[in-house]
Amino acid sequence: MAIIKTENLTKKFRDLVAVDNVSMEIADGECFGLLGPNGAGKTSLIRMITAISPVTAGQVWVDGQDLARHSRRVKALLGVVPQTENLDPDLTVLQNLLTFARYFEIPRKEAMRRSLEALRLFQLEEKRGSRIKALSGGMKRRLLIARGLINQPKILILDEPTVGLDPQSRHLLWQKLRELKAQGITQLLCTQNMEEAALLCDRVAIMHLGKIVVVDVPHNLILKYVGEKLWEIEPSSPAEREQIIRELKNHHVEFEEVGLAIRAFHVDNDELAHKLLVRPRQGTLEDVFFRLTSESLVE
Amino acid sequence: MRMFSWRFIRLWQRNRDVFFRLWRSELPGFTIEPVIVLLAFGVGLGTFVSGVGDQSYIVFIAPGIVAGYAMFAGIFECTYGTYARMEFQSTFDGILATPLNAEDIIAGEIFWGATRAMLTGTAILVAAAIFQLVQSPWALLIPAVCFLQGILFSALAIVFTSYAPAIYSFNYFYTLFINPMFFVSGAFFPLTNFPPFVQNLSWLAPLAPAIHLTRSLFIGKFEPNPFLSLGIIVALTVIFFAWALVAMRKRLTK
Repeated sequence: MAIIKTENLTKKFRDLVAVDNVSMEIADGECFGLLGPNGAGKTSLIRMITAISPVTAGQVWVDGQDLARHSRRVKALLGVVPQTENLDPDLTVLQNLLTFARYFEIPRKEAMRRSLEALRLFQLEEKRGSRIKALSGGMKRRLLIARGLINQPKILILDEPTVGLDPQSRHLLWQKLRELKAQGITQLLCTQNMEEAALLCDRVAIMHLGKIVVVDVPHNLILKYVGEKLWEIEPSSPAEREQIIRELKNHHVEFEEVGLAIRAFHVDNDELAHKLLVRPRQGTLEDVFFRLTSESLVE
Repeated sequence: MRMFSWRFIRLWQRNRDVFFRLWRSELPGFTIEPVIVLLAFGVGLGTFVSGVGDQSYIVFIAPGIVAGYAMFAGIFECTYGTYARMEFQSTFDGILATPLNAEDIIAGEIFWGATRAMLTGTAILVAAAIFQLVQSPWALLIPAVCFLQGILFSALAIVFTSYAPAIYSFNYFYTLFINPMFFVSGAFFPLTNFPPFVQNLSWLAPLAPAIHLTRSLFIGKFEPNPFLSLGIIVALTVIFFAWALVAMRKRLTK
């Protein structure tokens, strides 16, 4: 069953169409990745789904409820981890959680229990009395997620949760997100980190210029758009370049010129590889991303 | 226009908690300063002034300072305070993702501003009582008037804040509007000094009825009609509150 459903969702800012007629469904319990370059409309889409930003046109249902009519009820089901850190700098770490719990009408005693548990879970216990300013980037991110979980949401919406984090903090966060998924919490993860998307997401949607270009399981996208294996060829001279392109065309190999390099997709011709002196590498979600969001996209 | 719900109290509580965390840094500005102004003008300048009617000068200006500084407390909170929470701290952005809607946030800010106005007004009133300036038991109602006019001025400040392109814009708001109003609303000298045309005009400056009403309760003489003052304050409050809800929602939910 779809826990989030949008139909022809559109967001316009004056002349700019940030989100263009997006219809999508997110299944209960899945981790759904939303990928796209800067300005693709990811954050605008998320802000509409979380009822922070009014929709220009179209509809959103969350857990069967019409967002336009029941925005408070819908917001009570969501945990939101925003892209820009907006912890309350006037309050301590613990007060941040308690104050947020109060917005959700969680009784004081229960709020305290949940807050202390969250601080333990996210290894912030020692910082409970600290000001937000005194936290490192990783701690702030962890606190943002802890805050997003304070109302025990059915759906966690994360907008680039690991941006700017060191590898240790990033892996720690990924671990937490996997644990939450195991508990059955649906996740909508907006990211530009392809490794993150491939690792965490059951399905990903790639967004470009306000539209969702494709939605599928990461591995299927790789198979469909770039193939299990691809070649990265860097010709040393224009003549060699022309020759390579000719060979690729003769063998009907799909390729793209990426700056000075040539990237060939869906390659399985060992003979040709030998002839061109190239070694195949694994196709990745990043290759799919580049193919689908570069301006020279020809479909 | 959408109405706010009882949930505004959650935002009010948030601001209250912050205030009690930081009250030591907030206290001097809103209590010690007005008391100094009261003494400087009342005692210092008062020696050169014969008094107003049968009142000594310091008794005349005390209710003006109560009402004026109550107004400043509410306006500061809902200009600089609100702007910082909105733009620099993104506090409201975080709260919008909870069951609170934009209107709850706006109403919470306004009622918190009114609370600050009441606290400030009451503190000055207590100081005035200690100096034995209060002339009438009706003065016990003054904190309520401070709260009411606090709603008006906080709402007015929110309206301005919702259009302010930068925090510097508030300089204009204060120097062109609020400060002049403080001086021509009858706080420091009776409006009867002005020609009748200006006197009538001054009723439009929202601080004038607040000062008239506060002074009536302070000295126990109900002239001009306190119900007229109250009526004007209530009417302006309704207008600016509604305007604040509409204009600020636009700014908060893009």
